[in-house]
Amino acid sequence: MIGTAAAFQRFGLGPRPGDLAAVHDFREAIQSEVSTAAIALLSGPDLPTSGYALAELARERAAEVRPEVAAQARFYRAETASRLARFREAEIGFVERLVAFWTNHFSVEVSAGTLERALVGAFEREAIRPNVLGNFRDMLGAVTKHPAMLSYLDNAQSVGPNSRVGLRRGVGLNENHARELLELHTIGVNGGYDQADVTALARIMTGWMFARNSNQRVPIGSFLFTAAAHEPGAQTVLGVRYSAGGVEQGDAVLDMLTVHPETARHIAFKLVRHFVADDPPEDLVAELATTFVDSGGNLKAVALALIESDAAFAEATKIKTPQEFLWSALRALELDIRPQLVLRGLRTLGQPMWDPPSPEGFSDESATWLAPDAMTDRLDIAEVLVERANIGYLPGELVDLILGPAVSSESRRAVLSAASRTQAVALLLMTPEFQRR
Amino acid sequence: MTRHVISARHVVSDRLVRPTRRSFLGFSGGLVAWSQMPRIAFAAERDPRLVVVILRGALDGLAAVPPIGDPDYAALRGDLAIGAAGREAVLPLDGFFGLNDAMPNFHRRYLAGEALIVQATASPYRERSHFDGQDVLENGMPEPRASRTGWLNRAVSALPVAGRIAPVSGLAVSPTVPLILRGPAPVLTWTPPSVRPAEANTAERLMDLYRHRDEELAAVFEAGMGMDAMAMGDEVAAGANAAFTEIAEGSARLLLDPEGPRIAVLSYDGWDTHANEGAEDGRLAGLLAALDNSLETFASGIAPIWNETAIVVITEFGRTAQGNGTDGTDHGTGTVAFVLGGAVAGGRVIADWPGLGVDQLLDARDLNPTIDLRSVLKGLLRDHLGLSDRILAEVVFPESAGAAPMNGLLG
Repeated sequence: MIGTAAAFQRFGLGPRPGDLAAVHDFREAIQSEVSTAAIALLSGPDLPTSGYALAELARERAAEVRPEVAAQARFYRAETASRLARFREAEIGFVERLVAFWTNHFSVEVSAGTLERALVGAFEREAIRPNVLGNFRDMLGAVTKHPAMLSYLDNAQSVGPNSRVGLRRGVGLNENHARELLELHTIGVNGGYDQADVTALARIMTGWMFARNSNQRVPIGSFLFTAAAHEPGAQTVLGVRYSAGGVEQGDAVLDMLTVHPETARHIAFKLVRHFVADDPPEDLVAELATTFVDSGGNLKAVALALIESDAAFAEATKIKTPQEFLWSALRALELDIRPQLVLRGLRTLGQPMWDPPSPEGFSDESATWLAPDAMTDRLDIAEVLVERANIGYLPGELVDLILGPAVSSESRRAVLSAASRTQAVALLLMTPEFQRR
Repeated sequence: MTRHVISARHVVSDRLVRPTRRSFLGFSGGLVAWSQMPRIAFAAERDPRLVVVILRGALDGLAAVPPIGDPDYAALRGDLAIGAAGREAVLPLDGFFGLNDAMPNFHRRYLAGEALIVQATASPYRERSHFDGQDVLENGMPEPRASRTGWLNRAVSALPVAGRIAPVSGLAVSPTVPLILRGPAPVLTWTPPSVRPAEANTAERLMDLYRHRDEELAAVFEAGMGMDAMAMGDEVAAGANAAFTEIAEGSARLLLDPEGPRIAVLSYDGWDTHANEGAEDGRLAGLLAALDNSLETFASGIAPIWNETAIVVITEFGRTAQGNGTDGTDHGTGTVAFVLGGAVAGGRVIADWPGLGVDQLLDARDLNPTIDLRSVLKGLLRDHLGLSDRILAEVVFPESAGAAPMNGLLG
C-alpha cells in the first residue's frame, strides 16, 4: 500500500511543504475535502459567464478597432490563472483532480475555434464543477446542453432534415455530437450501439442549440431548444422507443444512458485507469461500476468508493501527466508564476491547457507521456521553475516534506549529493517518486 | 474522430525550455554579481578590483596541480596520475608540483610572476556535501547555515566610503544573488543573455538515479538525451569554453567601466567529476581549459587595470586522492586555490605539503588541508582592499582566530 506522500500525488495535486504533516489519515482528509460545501466551485471577477463571453466575442467582431489581446485569449489566460491559484490553495486537491478528470472526459478543445477558446473555462465552471460531487445525470445534461459542447461537436448546427428549418433550407443532420455522446461520454465504444443508434440519437438532438445573441427568448449563451430545427417523430435508440416530442425526447435518452450498465462500467474503467493503473484491476472497476449503478450515478459516492478501496493504493506504476507534474511542482516549490509561462510549458510538454488532440481527451495511459523528449523537457522545466522559486528549505528537508519517509535511498542520495541547491531541488522534482503516481 | 494532432514538440519563441540541452553538458555556470558601491576611500590613486571565481562542484586539486614530486602520487592516482613518470600533460612549476597542461595561459602568468597557487587548502568545512560546502565557502563562517550574509558582502560593507555618494540600489536581473554577496551592501546581478545558469551534469546524475531505480524512465531519458559517450568529452569542452568566456568578457567590461563595480563574483559550474573525469583529456581537462581561457579573456579585457586587479579562484572542497570505480573521483577535502593579477606576488606554489601516505591522508582518503582558505582570503582583503586585521577577524570571517591572514600575497 502506498503511503500518504504517494497518495497525495496519486489522488491529489501533490503536497506543499507542511501538507504531509497536517494529514494524519489520508482517507479522512479526503472525506473532509469532499464534504466541504461548494469546494469545487470557482468564480472570479475576470472569469466570464458563457453569455458574457459570447457577448464579448460579438462586441469585438463588430468593433472597428481590434483589441491588443483578443477576448478569447484574455479569457483563456484569466481562466488558467484562476486554476493556478486554486491549485496552490487546495488542501489535497482530490476534488480538483476529479474536475480535471471529468473535464477531460467531456473534452472541449480550445484549438477548435474562437468560441471554444473563449468558453472552455466557463464550460468547466458551469457544467463540470457544480456536478463533480453530484449526480452524473446532472453533469451529463449540463455538459450536453452547454454552448461550448454544442459548438465543439457541431450539434448547434445539426438540423432535422424533416424539420421546418430542414425542409426550408435543405440542411440536415450532423451526427458528431450524438456519436461522441455514446462512444465517449456514456456507454463507450464497446457499449453495444450501432450506426442506426447514432443517427437516431442525432435526430433526437436536433434543435439542441444555444442563444447566439440577446434577441432570443433565453439569455445569450443559454441552451435553446429550437423546435423548428428539431426532427419530428419517434426514434429508437439502443432498443428503446422515444415518442415524438420536444426537448424531453432527448432528456429521456440521457436518463436512459445514465442508468445503462455500460455507462457505469465505462466510467468506472476510466476512473481507475486515470487514478490507479494503465491496466485497471478488474475487481476495482467492477466495484466502482456497482457503486455507480446502486447510487444512481452519484459521483461523490463513486469517488469515495475509489478512495476507500485498498486496490486503489497499490504500488505506483503510472507516470504523472505533464499537467499533474506542473501542478505538483508548483505546489512543492510554493511558486506563483504567470499563466503565460504555464501555457507555454504545457504546450512544450504536449498537454496544452484544455486542448487535447480530439474529443477523446488526453490519454490516460503512461506510454503516451513517455515519449523520448518527455523526461528531458520535464528536467528543463524543473530547472527553470527551481530557479524562479524562493525555497526556504534545505534539499534534505524538502525531500522529507515532499517525498515523505518512503523515499528510496537512491533518490534521497541523489538529491543530497547534488552540487548545488538548485540542482538538488531540480533532481527532487525528477525522482521516480515525484514523477510516478 | 481525430481533429488534428498536437505534436509534443512545440517550439516556443521566448522559451520556457532552455537552448543547451541535447547532451550531458548543460552547464555554463553563469551568475555574475557585483557590488555597486560608492568610491572606496583608498590611499592615493588606488582603485583596486577584486574578483572571486567560484568553481562549483569541487575541483580536483590533485589533477589541476599534481604533486608529481610526491613518491606516493603515481600509485595512489593510478590512471588519473598525469605527469607521473612516462606521462606528459603537466607544465613545470617548482619541481615538486606541476600544472595540468590544460592551463597554458595560467602557466605563462605564473612564469611572469602574476599568478600563484595555494595547495592543500580548504575552508573549515569537513563534511562532503556540495551545498553545505559552498555555504561555508561563501558565508565565511566555520559552519554551514551560520549566516545569511556572505563574507564578501561583509567585507564590502566594512570598507570606508569616500564622500556622500549614495550607493546605487541593486537591480536583480537574475533571480538570486549568491550567498557570498548577500548582505547589506547593495548588489547588482547580471547574466549574459545566452547563458542560462544551468547546473552541471544534472542530466548525468538523473540518468544515474534512473538506472538504479526506474528502468523505464532511464530508457526514455536516455533516448531523449541522445547520449553519445564518445562525443561527451568534446562537447563538454566546447560548451564550457563558450559559456565561461562569455561570462569573463562581460565581467571584464563591467569592471573596466570607471563608474562600474569594483567587486565581482563569477560562478562556474560543472566541476563535480564523479565519472569520466579523464586525466590528460576528458571532462576535467576540458573544464580546466575553459577556465584557463576565461581567465585569460578576463585578463585581456581588463588590461588597463590589470595592475590593480586580484583574482582568486576557489572551490568548496577537493576530491578523493584515489579514483573511484567510474573513472572519476568522489568528494574530498584539501584542494587548490589560484590567485592571479597584476597586483599579485606570483610565480610560486604556497603549500605546507602533508604528503599522500595513507596515514597522511585525511580519513585515509582525502588530501589533508594544511592551509585554512580563510587565511588566503584575509591576506588578500587586507593587502588589496585595506581592511584591518580586526575587521577581518570580527566582521568578515567571525570565529577565524586560527586562520591568520597570509602575508605577501600581493607585491
